[in-house]
Amino acid sequence: MTCKLMDASWSTRKLAQFPEDLVLTISNYIMYGLSCTQAKLHGLPKLGKLFPHADIYRWLSYGNDGKHPACDHSYFGRREFSFTLENDIYVRFQSFNNAVDMENSIREKCPYKIDIGPVYSVDPAKRHAYAQSGNNVFAPVERELIFDIDMSDYDDVRYCCSGADVCLNCWPLMTISVKVLDTALRDDFGFNHILWVYSGRRGVHCWVCDGRARRLSNEQRAAIADYFRVYKGGENNAKKVNLTGPVLHPFLARSYTDVLKGFFEGKLLASQNLFASIERFQKILEIIPDESIASELLDKWQGNRRSSISKEDVNVVRWEQLKHVLQSGKQKAQGLRRCVEEIIFTYTYPRLDMEVSKHMNHLLKAPFCVHPKTGRVCVPIDPNNCDNFDPTTVPTLSQLLEELNMSSMRTESEDEWERTSLGKSIKFFRSSFLSPLLKSCKEEMESVYNSKVKQSKNALNW
Amino acid sequence: MEIVRSQRKPADAAVAPALSLYRSAPALEVRLEDFELYAIDRLRVLQGISDGLSRGKKPQEMEKLVSELWRAHMRHQDPSEEMNKDIISHFVLRLVYCRTEDLRKWFLSMETSLFRYRFRLESPESQRLLMSEFQLPYKAINHAEFETVKDKLNQVARSTGPSSNAEALFFKVPFEEVPELVAGRRVFMLKGFAYVAMNQVVSLVATQFRSNLSKALVLTNSRKWTSTIRDKEKNRLTPIVEALSTGYLGPDYSQPKEFSEISLKDIDRLASSSFPLCMRHLFDKLRENHHLKHGGRMQLGLFLKAVGLKLEDALAFWKSEFSQKVGAERFDKEYSYSIRHNYGKEGKRTDYTPYACHKIISSTPSVGDHHGCPYRHFSEENLRAALGKMGVGGRSLDDILDKVRSRHYQVACTLTFEAVHAASCDSGINHPNQYFEASQKILQTTRQATS
Repeated sequence: MTCKLMDASWSTRKLAQFPEDLVLTISNYIMYGLSCTQAKLHGLPKLGKLFPHADIYRWLSYGNDGKHPACDHSYFGRREFSFTLENDIYVRFQSFNNAVDMENSIREKCPYKIDIGPVYSVDPAKRHAYAQSGNNVFAPVERELIFDIDMSDYDDVRYCCSGADVCLNCWPLMTISVKVLDTALRDDFGFNHILWVYSGRRGVHCWVCDGRARRLSNEQRAAIADYFRVYKGGENNAKKVNLTGPVLHPFLARSYTDVLKGFFEGKLLASQNLFASIERFQKILEIIPDESIASELLDKWQGNRRSSISKEDVNVVRWEQLKHVLQSGKQKAQGLRRCVEEIIFTYTYPRLDMEVSKHMNHLLKAPFCVHPKTGRVCVPIDPNNCDNFDPTTVPTLSQLLEELNMSSMRTESEDEWERTSLGKSIKFFRSSFLSPLLKSCKEEMESVYNSKVKQSKNALNW
Repeated sequence: MEIVRSQRKPADAAVAPALSLYRSAPALEVRLEDFELYAIDRLRVLQGISDGLSRGKKPQEMEKLVSELWRAHMRHQDPSEEMNKDIISHFVLRLVYCRTEDLRKWFLSMETSLFRYRFRLESPESQRLLMSEFQLPYKAINHAEFETVKDKLNQVARSTGPSSNAEALFFKVPFEEVPELVAGRRVFMLKGFAYVAMNQVVSLVATQFRSNLSKALVLTNSRKWTSTIRDKEKNRLTPIVEALSTGYLGPDYSQPKEFSEISLKDIDRLASSSFPLCMRHLFDKLRENHHLKHGGRMQLGLFLKAVGLKLEDALAFWKSEFSQKVGAERFDKEYSYSIRHNYGKEGKRTDYTPYACHKIISSTPSVGDHHGCPYRHFSEENLRAALGKMGVGGRSLDDILDKVRSRHYQVACTLTFEAVHAASCDSGINHPNQYFEASQKILQTTRQATS
């Protein structure tokens, strides 16, 4: 291994001084092992690669890279990859025959960002050749069911940050989205192979990889997205959540009692100070359809300026008062009782980017890319342990660089990442996602093959 | 005649459904006039369904509408004649509507709706008969299984409305088979299965109907039906088929027509005089925020293209706004591509058609979005304010809001048009560009009259 130690104090300090685009170049250099002239210019030694090419290849092959007679060897080659290159040049419809092919192309083209698209009926790089035959054979045939949740869609309910920023006060909104969706995808839809990934800055991505999910039509995808759609945005729509009917659908009821209610009352209320000022509680009062109740509460809260007698949190006190008024025996109207739930759903229920999930041909950033703006790696999130996921401690580029420097004397291992804090993430990816997935792919392949063999045998006998 | 219901004995007529699954084309003698007349009658029914759907009619209203349309156009004194007419007209329209993706899509969705509401009108016995004709592999769940999920099934039934009475007959099907029930959270879901109540099987059957018809349409098209019939027939039928497919879909406004060019200096004046509310709102928001999200850029951009804004002008227009917010360089890098794309200058180089009302009404605007149909997606208060800005008030405002409440969004838009222009609009609004053209026509006439 040609990895030479460099001055450990170099990385963070120097990286911070560089202009953004050079940091990007260096990030490629480190992640994908590029031989990049700029990096050489600045005295970086050859560092090798951190991006787990081989794992990504095995994942997206879904068992078709094996020796089983039922393997479809064209499968991986029909997958679209898209690269974002320097100066925001976007190259779509890249395809690769194997892992080496993919690795070389990434190394050569230096993408800042790698997106993964669908598997097409034919090799997407050769789509023009097929187009000439006139039958319009070029169409997506398989695609993971994907979800994209973005914190910037929550700007009307968080007061700690806005736009692209996140902190530990608002991040739990993502955590509960993971919980609500993960449970429903498994228990309601019966999916098993689900990968959650931190998007590198302000959100999460979800890849549902079961064969059944990959083969869904656009209409079926839209149906699932609609099943999850409670929050109806639109800038001119005053009421974003409308819950009708005397009871909630079991999915909503479960999400509410198991996740949303506890989170809203136990955490969000205080962490976002939802009732601390008039602008904030007025927003909540607007959700109440009965104006007299809303103005009664408004008067009450405007009058007492955080009476010092009460030691209790003002948010909790006011929330209890609101609940009391809405749920007291006087309020016969179903709409008012339901209003407490509507407030909680408005503030906490996952806000999905619907369009991403509805169509097969939507692209989504590959896991383990480095986010160009934050330098953070898009690492997987363990849904069973998502409460402990902290976006502010996700490994960054400069951190990885430092770790490589610190450790390169000690070991000489095959994979660079094993010596960095990325190791934990890649191990998790392999053990919790990749190996169970490949096991079930193999089983599925086996059973499809056996039934085909049986069929043809029967045909022969007959 | 090889129709699926060949096993039916005449004695069963009272029980057996009058619904055909259209599995194979009839081997019937048809007079040429009937060939065309039957098809036109069926088109009237489908067109009526299309109108009803785009007005956002509820299922019960649609059921009523479909039965009225059917009675008005397809009834015949002789039941067997009526069935022939049903089958013949269906197959004629298949020939007409198999020929392009857009035609197929429209036909598929209208025929499926027609089937769905006719199915709902059938008696439970004949519904079950039809189900068995589809040969669906699903069995009703047994009592033991029912007991384990009973509470959840009840919960779902109550969540969808108080009117639905307890159903005891459920089918357990892969959720992929009933997308619309999943989308509406109208079924209990467990480990990939949806529990479909007997009164919901219409969804299951309609999905099946749709997928069969979809395959059949592609086949009909790829077989090039004209090559399978005799030359003499071809010459007689082709003109009818051609005429049928063009007359009834309405123009798609893919090419700017009468007022074929507009220039940038007129755009503000045109926006306030002739843009429908959905476009005017986007336009105002763009001027105000110097930014629109993707859905808004598409909806407004394609509209402007069809209104006659040339590509160079469109780029200049969007740039002048966006550069105030994101800078000229970012505009060139990130946004100009999609504008050229809309004009068919990038990517797969399709000249994209502007959105029609039904597409805009069924869009799903999200956080920060301004696109969609204001009549559908605005709260009443915001809509009232927006209409006030257009100068609509008093009686007409109340009428419009009334239509909105009963979900007749396109009618509401038509009423707005009439209030703004003080002229009637008999055809109704079903395309933003139609609104624009009709408005320009009126304004030009009055201009000519005054000069």
